Amino acid sequence: MSTAPYNIIGTRPPRHDGADKVTGRAIYGADFQINGLLHGAVLRSPHAHARIESVDTSRAAAYPGVVAIVTADDFPQTPDRIVDLGEGETPLSYVRGNVLAKGKVLYQGHAVAAVAATSPHAAEQAAKLIDVRYTPLPCVLTAPEGMAPGASKLHEQENVTHHIQHAIGDADAAFQQAAIVVEREFHTATVHQGYIEPHAATALWNNDGRVQIWCSTQGSFVVRDVVSCLLDLPVSQVKVTPTEIGGGFGGKIPVYIEPVAALLSRRSGRPVRIVMNRRDVFEGSGPTPGSFIRVKLGADAEGRFIAARAHLAYEAGAYPGGMVGPGTMCVFAAYDIPNVAIDGYDVLVNKPSTAAYRAPGATNAAFATESVVDELARQLKIDPLELRLRNASREGTRRADGPKFRRIGCVEVLEAMKAHPHYSAPLGAASHAAAKRGRGTAIGYWFNIGLPSSCVISVNADGTVNLIEGSTDIGGTRTSIAMQAAEVLGIPVADVHPAVVDTDTIGYTGVTGGSRTTYATGWAAHDAAKDVIRLMTERAAKIWQADDVQFANGIFRSGNNQLTFAELAAKLTETGGPVVGQASVNPKAAGGSFAGVIADVEVDVETGKVTILRFTSIQDAGRAIHPSYVEGQMQGGSVQGIGWALNEEYWMSPDGRMVNSTLLDYRMPTILDVPPIDTQIVEVPNPAHPFGVRGVGEANIVPPPAALANAIHDALGIRMSRLPMNPPSIVAELAKQ
Amino acid sequence: MKSFDYLAPGTLDEALRALAARPAAKILAGGTDLLVQLKNGRHEPPLVVDVKRIPDLTALRMDDAGLTLGAAVPCIRIARDADVRKHYPSLVELASLIGGTAIQGRASIGGNLCNASPSADSVPLLIALSAVARIAGPGGARELPVEAFCIAPGRNALAPGEFLVSLFVPRPGAGFRAHYLRFIPRNEMDIAVAGVGASATVTGGRITAARLALASVAPTPLFVREVTEVLVGQTPSAAIIQRAAELAQAAARPITDMRAPAEYRRHLCGVLTKRALTAVLPEIQQ
Amino acid sequence: MKTYVSMTCNGEPVEFLAEPRQTLLECLRDTLHLTGAKEGCGDGNCGSCCVMLDGELVTSCLVLGVEAQGRTVTTVEGLAAGSGLHPLQKAFIDEAALQCGYCTPGFLVAARALLDQEPAPSEERIRLWLANNLCRCTGYDKIIRAVQSAARQMKETAQ
Repeated sequence: MSTAPYNIIGTRPPRHDGADKVTGRAIYGADFQINGLLHGAVLRSPHAHARIESVDTSRAAAYPGVVAIVTADDFPQTPDRIVDLGEGETPLSYVRGNVLAKGKVLYQGHAVAAVAATSPHAAEQAAKLIDVRYTPLPCVLTAPEGMAPGASKLHEQENVTHHIQHAIGDADAAFQQAAIVVEREFHTATVHQGYIEPHAATALWNNDGRVQIWCSTQGSFVVRDVVSCLLDLPVSQVKVTPTEIGGGFGGKIPVYIEPVAALLSRRSGRPVRIVMNRRDVFEGSGPTPGSFIRVKLGADAEGRFIAARAHLAYEAGAYPGGMVGPGTMCVFAAYDIPNVAIDGYDVLVNKPSTAAYRAPGATNAAFATESVVDELARQLKIDPLELRLRNASREGTRRADGPKFRRIGCVEVLEAMKAHPHYSAPLGAASHAAAKRGRGTAIGYWFNIGLPSSCVISVNADGTVNLIEGSTDIGGTRTSIAMQAAEVLGIPVADVHPAVVDTDTIGYTGVTGGSRTTYATGWAAHDAAKDVIRLMTERAAKIWQADDVQFANGIFRSGNNQLTFAELAAKLTETGGPVVGQASVNPKAAGGSFAGVIADVEVDVETGKVTILRFTSIQDAGRAIHPSYVEGQMQGGSVQGIGWALNEEYWMSPDGRMVNSTLLDYRMPTILDVPPIDTQIVEVPNPAHPFGVRGVGEANIVPPPAALANAIHDALGIRMSRLPMNPPSIVAELAKQ
Repeated sequence: MKSFDYLAPGTLDEALRALAARPAAKILAGGTDLLVQLKNGRHEPPLVVDVKRIPDLTALRMDDAGLTLGAAVPCIRIARDADVRKHYPSLVELASLIGGTAIQGRASIGGNLCNASPSADSVPLLIALSAVARIAGPGGARELPVEAFCIAPGRNALAPGEFLVSLFVPRPGAGFRAHYLRFIPRNEMDIAVAGVGASATVTGGRITAARLALASVAPTPLFVREVTEVLVGQTPSAAIIQRAAELAQAAARPITDMRAPAEYRRHLCGVLTKRALTAVLPEIQQ
Repeated sequence: MKTYVSMTCNGEPVEFLAEPRQTLLECLRDTLHLTGAKEGCGDGNCGSCCVMLDGELVTSCLVLGVEAQGRTVTTVEGLAAGSGLHPLQKAFIDEAALQCGYCTPGFLVAARALLDQEPAPSEERIRLWLANNLCRCTGYDKIIRAVQSAARQMKETAQ
């Protein structure tokens, strides 16, 4: 854990928005109030794949309280072109089509039309009166189905929209030389990020032609870009104010309801709010891909991995651009393997267009790779952590997709796992005659991203500062960012007043995602604070008529003159005016993070129920700015991984409807379903960042499903190859023996 | 939700009159099933009759004959009641596993029964306890054993204009034990994948009474009378419990749905029957 | 047709009009502008809408507003006395038991209901009681610690 040289970094101050959030005062998307508000409801397709033959809104328009109705025809019919709205290049027609379907519906839940009315109930009832005639078409629901010859196609293009390949050396030849080869196939079900707050947005198409939006989003600038693009407006005509956000995990990066609310507002002349209900969230937002993965790993007799091959076919959902790319980057990232061949396929299926979910694509891949590594360890009779250490990626190891690792903490995390008391603790006796216990481990990786961030810091006369930034705060980042500024300025963190502001007020800032916020926006805050110190140093030099002013430990000094930050701040107005520092950063890359899990389970062999007895998450944070929130990320990602592993899935009917679109039957872990999640933060500072920060938000979700699969194998001797590893599937696998 | 009228009558007669006037009305007790159904459009009644202000429906009292449990008494009150805790520990357990704490603040066992879900947690135990439904209607009051109350998924035996007033649970005799055991994938909140309600009385080393009923493996909760026949008169033993488990498995008619495959449910019937009977027959030698 | 409802909310008498089909959650949020209670699922499965109704913990999304006639409701806004913070609220901040904070009002009301009747619950008891409240951000660990810390705090204050 980090020690001095820091005063603020590594401490655990209360978060700045704590009082608002524990009193119910904080304003989330659906809490936002404005005069004249209308309520919007979206009509969604009941079919997984169908042609839209006609849309008749007349009955809905006559419903009392209805003020406006829109369909895809209400978008400006700008010609199609390729756009990049923060998620890579894609046709404009695809972005527009997912927001409101035109011509065809591609998944159950696909938005077709929307109504604005004077009450939410009126809007909901009126939407049901919109008459849409459909001609159902055949549907495909899994990646293998979508890839099969003759499969029903969603678009003009083939269902396999991308084929990504990475290679090092000659994997085929190397497999011939291997002393031992293990090849296995895995399937993972579609899962949802499960944020507790449904999407909510209010839009006002103002009388001056500017569109204002208040919404819960992970990226207010993405919302601005998408809305301005779909409405054919310059970005300067769209202002997005992020409200507080109730979770995102990647699922609130894509834009769904804001353009619809804006269209309804233009039609009605009033602000319109749309809030998804839970069913809409499951069926109409972006779950993360289900997948089919085949991993083959070959080692020599000493357990050195000499060859690796992976086939990853990930569901893209209804539009291209799923998460298989990152999956191919991460599948073997933890290991230094001289011969690698990776094929990744992005496959269209009749499900909602997939979105990122915390290290998107990596969890699926790690489930496969880490199960195979565990199997190799068993066959070679080498301790699984020792086998991993023997092959661990280090500084200089080349990742299969090209980059060489700079300083990374894979080895440190593995060693911490090995040394952790959990790893050597006795499992204990099973609690009843029909129960068996086991322990499993796994390691995961996420590369983290850079992207631009801006920050402005203005100094108040009382020695405090206002810090404005544009990263919506999902988990306490306004405080971790403020802490980095406070460290540079030499003032208490409570004297930094951070604010997350709208798109008019701060320079372009990338999404809150990709584990980049504490990293990149913190970096911008660091640089802005340096700018403040530079300006204040100049001011002190002017006051003292000196040219040798130094700043250290919160004090400006020259000869016998000295002023604290606060004392100098008090003098600014009279000595020339306010001081405002600013910075903008755009790191091209970030330091990746490795995370490991040790998990103990007890399985009731008669019911297949898995109880997690003990769970330890170990992750390289680079530098933990606020350890409590780093621990919180590790614990949150771990429990999401547990849900993904044991119970969560989209249960689809044969005709492509999600049958379990409630929080009753989409089973996320409750507080009673998980043990304490022990954490250990490893710090291998990231050489690129001023404080050594590595993003920690994501890598922790990657190892849990594999660790649990390995624990189940340790307990029962069965290898689970499908997620979720729910009770019926465990009983079925046991019965095969 | 579609619009509806709301009435909160203070007497049984007022409620009966309201139901007679508008037969499509729905009864509101705890609301944890009805409001979900109003929101998802499963029911669109013109009127909702809130029965929680009628004293008979919120009464909970014990006498020599047994327990009278008002149809609208929430689970949380059942679990706290001193008489229930003393005489019907299995009901306390049941009231603590339906939904979660906040659901239990409103949900009632009477409502759970009337909702007549095939997976209703309360019904197998009520059958095992030989509970009787007390019904008010335009033709007067009547009684119905709980095992006859649910007639199809989501449909109960109440005639138009009738509603459930209370459940009567006979006072347990010496040597009586009852238990409800279900399987859910998480540890709380879930709908039962399979459930077994079991009761037994052991007198002088022999089983003198036994009842077993299943949840989630048939269109209605299933009272497995064959288990009574095979157990009564026997000394408790692992073998006789195994025989009962096989009968339960054979009686089950499970389907595959989003909560479980049929074969797994049938398998669970055997496992849960064994475990539930072991709980109510602790005298068996292992 | 709207019905007149009068009830006590956070210790104060309030009155409002509600259609029978409006839930208590809607009435609290949209009519009384008490937006602390949240809608996460609408069917009682996430606990974000938890309030106290006549002293019992309930999910307000499954209560009709008109049912609150003559009753007493406590929401998260009624947790603190004056401008201070309830020990639970303070403990949630001190223990970092919130990340996005959306589930926090529901957890606070539920935890308060627990500590009101069981001042020193075990960890197992806390987990069972709070199983109706979903959190997706924290993994629950720090929530447990916060409830335990508040319980200790409240016990010390009471002595």
